[in-house]
Amino acid sequence: MNFVKRYLIPRLISYVLVIWLGVTVVFFIPRLIPNDPVVSMIHQMRAYGSNLEPGAMDGIIHDLTEMYGLQGSWSDQYVAIWGRLFHGDFGVSFFQFPARVSDLIATAAPWTLGLLLTTSAISWVFGNIIGGLAGYYTRKRWSRIVDAVAMVVRPLPYYIFAFVLLMLLAWVVRWFPITGGASLGAMPAFTWDYIKDVLWHSFLPALSLVVLGGAVNFQIMKLLVQNVNAENFVQYAKLGGVTEDRIVSKYIIRNGILPQVTGLALSLGYIFSGALITEIVFSYPGLGTLLYRAILNGDYNLIMGITMLSIVGISTAMLVLDLTYPLLDPRVRYT
Amino acid sequence: MKTLRDLFKDYRFTFSFIVLVIIVILAVLSFFSPYDPTLWGVVPKNMKPSVSHILGTDSNGQDVFWQATFAVRNSLIISLVSALFSRVIAVLVGMVAGYRGGTIDRVLMFLGDSLLVIPLFLMFIMISMMVRDRMNLAVLGLMLAAFGWPWDARLIRSMVLSLREREFTMTAILSGTGTVKLVLKEYIPFTLPLIFSTVINNISFAIGTEITLAILGLVNLSIPTLGTMLNWAYTSQSILLGRWWWILTPVTLSLFLFIALYWLSVSISEYLDPRTRIQRVGA
Repeated sequence: MNFVKRYLIPRLISYVLVIWLGVTVVFFIPRLIPNDPVVSMIHQMRAYGSNLEPGAMDGIIHDLTEMYGLQGSWSDQYVAIWGRLFHGDFGVSFFQFPARVSDLIATAAPWTLGLLLTTSAISWVFGNIIGGLAGYYTRKRWSRIVDAVAMVVRPLPYYIFAFVLLMLLAWVVRWFPITGGASLGAMPAFTWDYIKDVLWHSFLPALSLVVLGGAVNFQIMKLLVQNVNAENFVQYAKLGGVTEDRIVSKYIIRNGILPQVTGLALSLGYIFSGALITEIVFSYPGLGTLLYRAILNGDYNLIMGITMLSIVGISTAMLVLDLTYPLLDPRVRYT
Repeated sequence: MKTLRDLFKDYRFTFSFIVLVIIVILAVLSFFSPYDPTLWGVVPKNMKPSVSHILGTDSNGQDVFWQATFAVRNSLIISLVSALFSRVIAVLVGMVAGYRGGTIDRVLMFLGDSLLVIPLFLMFIMISMMVRDRMNLAVLGLMLAAFGWPWDARLIRSMVLSLREREFTMTAILSGTGTVKLVLKEYIPFTLPLIFSTVINNISFAIGTEITLAILGLVNLSIPTLGTMLNWAYTSQSILLGRWWWILTPVTLSLFLFIALYWLSVSISEYLDPRTRIQRVGA
C-alpha cells in the first residue's frame, strides 16, 4: 500500500504529465510559428503547376484546414487533438491518399520495433558485460584496445557513423546489401529463407546501432565498475579469498548494473531517434523511412501521427522499465 | 603556461587542439574564397582533385575545397549560436532552481525532464518543416538552443545545491551580499569548468543535429554547411558515380571534428577534476 502511495502514484502522475506536455508542445508548435501550413501547401500545389479556379481554391482551403485539424477556435482544436490521440485516428495520409495514417504506421512499426528492441538489448547486455570486465581488468591489453575504439566511436552522431559503415561495408567491400528490409519481391512468410533474408538486410543498420549504443554503455559501465572496485567490501572479499570470477560477476557487476537500468530508460528517446536516422540511411522500411517520405511530401497528418505515437510509446517504455527496477535491486522495495 | 604544458601531455588534447586549429583556419579561409558559395557553375563540373582545384569540383560546378571552408564556417556559427543561448538558459535555470528550491525548482525541473523524455529529434523535424522557408543559420541555432539546455541545467543545479550548503554562502549572506552578487561572484567561478565542458558537448550536439536535419532536406540547402554539403553529395549519387573526393570531404571533416571536440572535453575535464568523468560519460 505504501508502495502505491509513495512511488506508483507519483510516477504515474509524472507519466501522464509528460505525455500531456509532449502532446501540448506538438499542438502549439505549428500554431505559434508564423507559417500557415495550408498556405504553404497551396503554394506547393501551384509550384507543381496545377491551375485552379477561384471557387475550387476556396474549397481546397476549407478541406485542407479541416484535414490539418485547424478549424474552430484553439480550444476546440486542442480538444480535437486529444480525441484523435485516444481513438488512434490521425486521419488519412495526404500523399498516399486513401491510406489511413494508423494503417501506414501499423505496417512500418514492427520493422522499427524489431530493430530497436533487438539492438538495444544486444548493445545494453554486451556493452555492460564488456565494460564491466574492462573496468575490472583495466590494465589488460584487450581492455585498452576496446577503450580506444569506444573513444573514437562514442562522439560520432548516428548518421555519420551509419554512413561510414555503409560506405565501407556495402560499397567498398560489397559484403552487405545497400538498401531495403528484404530482397525485392520477397513475400513475407514464416520460412527460414525469408527470415534469413530479413536478417541479412538488417545486419548493417543493426550493427551501427549496436556499436554506437554499446560504446556508450561500455564507457559508463567501465567507470561505474572502477568506482565500485574501490569500495571496501570488494577489498574485503579479495582478502577473504573469494574467487576473482565471483567477485567480478556477483559483487561488482551486480552493483554497477543498477544505474544502468535507469540509464537504459533515459536513453530510450535517443535510441529511438537513432533508429529513425539509421533507417533513413539504409532505406529500412520502418517508421524512420515513413517519416522521411512524409517530410519530403509535406504529409502533415502522418508526421503528427508518428510524433504523437512515439511520445506515448517512449514514455510508456520508460514507465515499465522504472517499475521493474525494484525486481533488480533488493534494496529498493518502496516500503 | 604550466596548465597548457600539462594538457599537451595528454595525446587526446594535442590531437583535438591541432584538429580544431585546422578547422578554424579553414573557416577563416572562407573569407578569402575566390568563389561565391551560392553560385553554381563557376568552375568545370566533376573534376578530380588537381593543382587548380585541390579537392576537385562537384556536379553543381563548385570548388569542393572552398565550398568546404564555407561549410565549416557556417556549421561553427550554428553551433556557437546554439551553445551560447542554451548555456544562458541552462545557467539561469540551473542557478535559479538550485538556489531558490521549492515550487520554482520543481516546475523548472519538470519542464527540463519532459524535454529530455520527448523525442527531440521529432520536435526538430516538426519545427524545421514549419519554418523551412525562412530557415537560416540563426533560426537553426536558436531552435537547437531552445531544446539543448535541460541536461546541463540539471548538472548546474546539482552543483549549486551543494554550494548553497557550504559555509561561505552563509558568511556571504550574513555579511549582506545580495543574491545576484552572490551568484555571480561566488557560484559562477565554481561552475565555470562544468559550464565549459557542457559548451563543448553542446557544440557537438548542434553540429550533429544540423547534419541530420540537412540530410532530411529540412534546412536551406543553398547555404553550405557540413550537412548540406553531405546532402548534395549524397543526393547527386557521388558514391555510385565514384566521385569520392566530393562525398569524403564533408564526411572526413565531420569525423575529425566530432572526435576532436569529444577528446577536448574529456581531456580538459579530466585535467580539471578526475571525478567529473562520471558527468562526462553521462552527458
